[in-house]
Amino acid sequence: MNHAISDALVITKRQLLQLSRVPEVLIFSTIQPVMFVLLFRYVFGGSIDSGQPGGYVQLLMPGIFVQTVAFTLVATAAGLAEDMKKGLIDRFRSLPISRGAVVIGRTLGDALLNILVLAIMGITGYVVGWRPTSGIFQITLAFLFLFMFGYALSWIGIFVGLSIKDARTVQNVGFIVTFPLTFLSNAFAPTTGMPRVLQYFAEWNPVSSMVAACRQLFGVENQFGATANSWPSQNPLETSLIYMVLLMLIFIPLSIRKYKNTSA
Amino acid sequence: MKTVEAKHLIKTYRNGEVKALNDLSLDVEEGTVLGVLGPNGAGKTTTVRILATLLKPDSGSATVAGIDVIKNPEKVREVIGLSGQYAAVDETLTGWDNLVMFGRLYHLGRQKSVDRANELLERFDLTEAAKRPITTYSGGMRRRLDLAASLIVSPKVLFLDEPTTGLDPRGRQDMWSVIQELVTGGVTVLLTTQYLEEADQLADDIAVIDRGTVIARGTSDALKTQVGGEKLEITVENVDLAKTQEIVTRVSGHAAHVETRTVSAPVGNGSRDLMEALRALDDAKIHPLDIGLRRPSLDDVFLSLTGHVAEEVNEEAVTPKKGRKK
Repeated sequence: MNHAISDALVITKRQLLQLSRVPEVLIFSTIQPVMFVLLFRYVFGGSIDSGQPGGYVQLLMPGIFVQTVAFTLVATAAGLAEDMKKGLIDRFRSLPISRGAVVIGRTLGDALLNILVLAIMGITGYVVGWRPTSGIFQITLAFLFLFMFGYALSWIGIFVGLSIKDARTVQNVGFIVTFPLTFLSNAFAPTTGMPRVLQYFAEWNPVSSMVAACRQLFGVENQFGATANSWPSQNPLETSLIYMVLLMLIFIPLSIRKYKNTSA
Repeated sequence: MKTVEAKHLIKTYRNGEVKALNDLSLDVEEGTVLGVLGPNGAGKTTTVRILATLLKPDSGSATVAGIDVIKNPEKVREVIGLSGQYAAVDETLTGWDNLVMFGRLYHLGRQKSVDRANELLERFDLTEAAKRPITTYSGGMRRRLDLAASLIVSPKVLFLDEPTTGLDPRGRQDMWSVIQELVTGGVTVLLTTQYLEEADQLADDIAVIDRGTVIARGTSDALKTQVGGEKLEITVENVDLAKTQEIVTRVSGHAAHVETRTVSAPVGNGSRDLMEALRALDDAKIHPLDIGLRRPSLDDVFLSLTGHVAEEVNEEAVTPKKGRKK
């Protein structure tokens, strides 16, 4: 057991080494969110009347932050599926290392990558006019929330990757799941425009809670949510925390168990 | 002492529809090499995966270095090395990166991992390629690196699952000499292969498996005697067929078999019989289009042991499907 952490860190280090050997991966995983910031800011930003001082970009940035960390699920799942296909997971499983080390190491690696991606997005946002008005403490807390949300979803990614086992299928399934989740929310547009059923879904969607929480922490009024006056929209910070803890409580043991019993 | 011992292993996939192992038992004496010979889908990989703790059998038992693989897999992992059909290394990293990483995972510590990586790269003739990503390696280099990775802590038992499948003849030769060197070092090896020649070269003992069970066991010589050893094969023009058949029958002492323009018969003394046949052909002024000794192939072994040719079971059907428990 005393080796569990050091083993996991070796796996994490491997992922960072991969990024340094194949910098394209790093470049493309940061270009996409930057592109989203620019596209949404200039394509929708001009036509959506946010009624917000500072404009649409103030509402947009929390939405894009959450969307980007949500895609960690796909990245983790695809990376793991690739390792399974290559037989690398078999090799790891034949070594005398802690059973959780490989998957813990991978989630940590993807989390570290998220820090970098969030930083680059923040800078891009600032360049195009995003100005959080709250204090430094709240801004830090918002980024901590984003980081944790990505980490929690990473664990779902482990489960998905181990279950599907094929990197390309994982990519497709991942996007089919995460795209609706991020768009059926208050991230980019007011939920009031949606049909009633979808409004309820959006209201309880963890993405909405996270976006609302981030808006609150960045000091923006959440004009895109709170249609039904539901508990999640009233208490976004608490709801987000509950979701994150629940996801981790469910998926960490589930994924580690799946890893132990899996075979490529 | 038996270093590897498997008893009555049964493994089925898809709720019993596909029987990968059907009461398979085998053992490997300490310090020897057992070649497990069989066609695709015969159960070779499944056997290795069970012994290497990657898979649990439905029933049966197995020990490696005296340790129960089902009850005590963690302890087994400390004494085994596994090298699979495809090079299971991180392709985006360099050879050096990979070996250092595996050293760290074996808890060697930073400096020792580096030293061991350099040592193994040197030994497997990979020093020049050490700092290049694996993607630039040839098939043979990848296999050697994969083998190196399984030797980081000098395992007591080495499992080599089809170590040369897919390699060109040169890569295969290189791999053979590397493995032979290892064997001289005294490690116990269980090697699976589809090639009789490979088992012949590397193994002290051969177990032939078919449809998940061992159908023959013995030394390579014993198996060959059973199979009938080498065959003399001569291809000639149609006009010379009759005369050639007569010569081959005389040299071999067995009735020669004729198929289109090729005459063949089993021979006992390989090259000497070949020479004799050549001389006889020359005397008869017959110019063979092709002449040679053919070693018995896996197909020959199977044909003589089972009466049917080696049947390739569709690998897909044997691959475990998702949703399966344990």
